[in-house]
Amino acid sequence: MEHIALWVAAFLTLGIYSFLYKDNPWYKLCEAIFVGISAGYWFVTLFWDNIYGKFWLGVFPDTTTNATGEIVYVSTPDYWLIVGAVLGFLMLLRLVPKIGWISRWPLAFIVGATAGFYLINYFSSNVMAQVQDTIMPLFGVGYNASVYDIIGNVVIAVGTFTGLIYFFFSKEHKGAFGGAARVGIFFLMITFGAAFGYTVMSRMSLLIGRMDFIFGDWLGLIG
Amino acid sequence: MSTRTKELIVLSIVTVFCIIVYWFKATGRMHGFQFSTGMSIVVSALIFLSLVVVLILTLKGRLIGRRLVFLYVAIGVSLPFFMSITQEIKISPEVQTLYDGLAELPTGSKVLVAFDYDPPSAPELQPMAESLLRYCFNNDLKVVVMGLWPQGPQQANMAIEAAMRDESIASKNLQYGVDWVNLGFQSGNEFVIQRMGSEFKSMFPTDYAGRPYDELELVQNVHNFSNIDYVFNLSAGFPGTIEWVQVAVDRYGVKLGAGNTAVQAPQCYPYLRSGQLIGILGGMNGAAEFELLTGFTGKGTKFMLSQSFAHMIVLSFILIGNVAFIIDRRKKKSPIR
Repeated sequence: MEHIALWVAAFLTLGIYSFLYKDNPWYKLCEAIFVGISAGYWFVTLFWDNIYGKFWLGVFPDTTTNATGEIVYVSTPDYWLIVGAVLGFLMLLRLVPKIGWISRWPLAFIVGATAGFYLINYFSSNVMAQVQDTIMPLFGVGYNASVYDIIGNVVIAVGTFTGLIYFFFSKEHKGAFGGAARVGIFFLMITFGAAFGYTVMSRMSLLIGRMDFIFGDWLGLIG
Repeated sequence: MSTRTKELIVLSIVTVFCIIVYWFKATGRMHGFQFSTGMSIVVSALIFLSLVVVLILTLKGRLIGRRLVFLYVAIGVSLPFFMSITQEIKISPEVQTLYDGLAELPTGSKVLVAFDYDPPSAPELQPMAESLLRYCFNNDLKVVVMGLWPQGPQQANMAIEAAMRDESIASKNLQYGVDWVNLGFQSGNEFVIQRMGSEFKSMFPTDYAGRPYDELELVQNVHNFSNIDYVFNLSAGFPGTIEWVQVAVDRYGVKLGAGNTAVQAPQCYPYLRSGQLIGILGGMNGAAEFELLTGFTGKGTKFMLSQSFAHMIVLSFILIGNVAFIIDRRKKKSPIR
């Protein structure tokens, strides 16, 4: 069985990489298998975790017999879950064109709840904490920072300020304002370059993982 | 001979070669090979010499095809597997602080490890997971595993199996439910973290294998994050480190360390600077550094040479590509002048 699994994995890996040569039936077969299995996997996972695991067992928990021989629930039934199930069902009504508008109600609930949740989270974590960290003292009593830290603080403050100026479109980018926006562009370019560099690194890691499988686990060539 | 026939012949030769090699491996007649240090240096020199030739050809106006670039990257990634040269790894401050946070934990502390990734990200994150678990088990830290990604708990089991193969850990006779538990996957993304802030059991009524939460000795007294000493998140995207910072750290004051894929790491560095993360392992490089600190050399360290070779090749082709671009632009401009 292990041999078959290794050969199937190798067949699929090489099939996907064969696209680098050119589009071909082998690649298409592997791609179709991948898409089909992924869709099936997600469907099964979400069905058993959400519809059965959370909703069904939540509303109709398993029963057990206690010491006195009485049949009792293993957990308290949570009937609030029915509200969620109804909203979920309403979402499916978009498949019926005549009453499809009803699906906007659960959608409105999701948008509202998610927006409220994210508003607080993002404001606290990504605005307040980050703004506080952008404006750091350069020196002062009780403030202990190395020269590198101070330079770093200045770079971050300038980068944030000029980056924001670049995205301020209510005033024409001319003169000192335009100069600051230009500095902002350089900071943005460096940021994108760093992010791209990390992306290359990540993609290479994936390739390394597959090559290790091909030459190590499958062919056993690595000593 | 048509192109299709040539392709089929090449494919057949490669297939036959693979079958023969596999047969040798399966029957135990071959145990792999490795270049000597001298040979490794010669092979490296040859690769970079050939890149110089490509550069010279480009300067002469003879451009190479994209397939050759792919071939170079494949060679650059694969050959270092067979080389016996090692690469020096330096510890970054963010990896050091993450390790220090772990090292401060007294024996018996509870570490929650969230496996928020799936097999495609395993080459980067699995080495981090394995070295973290080895460190925890060796230092008698109790491990609680969970996942916001469906395949996370399976990755966790693989990492735990790898850690348990270590003689030093195997000799401890660690018990499931006492020294470590796997609570499994729970859908709901960041809302799961939010609910865990009130009561873990509400999100994980049973463990990965279906055992009731209350029967697991390790977590019987774990109600929320205040009963956890350190949280380590292995993340490949959403939901992941960002959500853990926003909910677990900023709402519940959790001490969080993170291991990220390289793609995600730049998004998480601002949290490190602001102190919302105590440390971060970014990509394979982070994994290798962490392995060095914990003393468990694994695939992170092993793959670093391949990573460096691949980067050198990408850098070379960026240079070659720019040379080709400049030459092409000059050619286009010259008639106008």
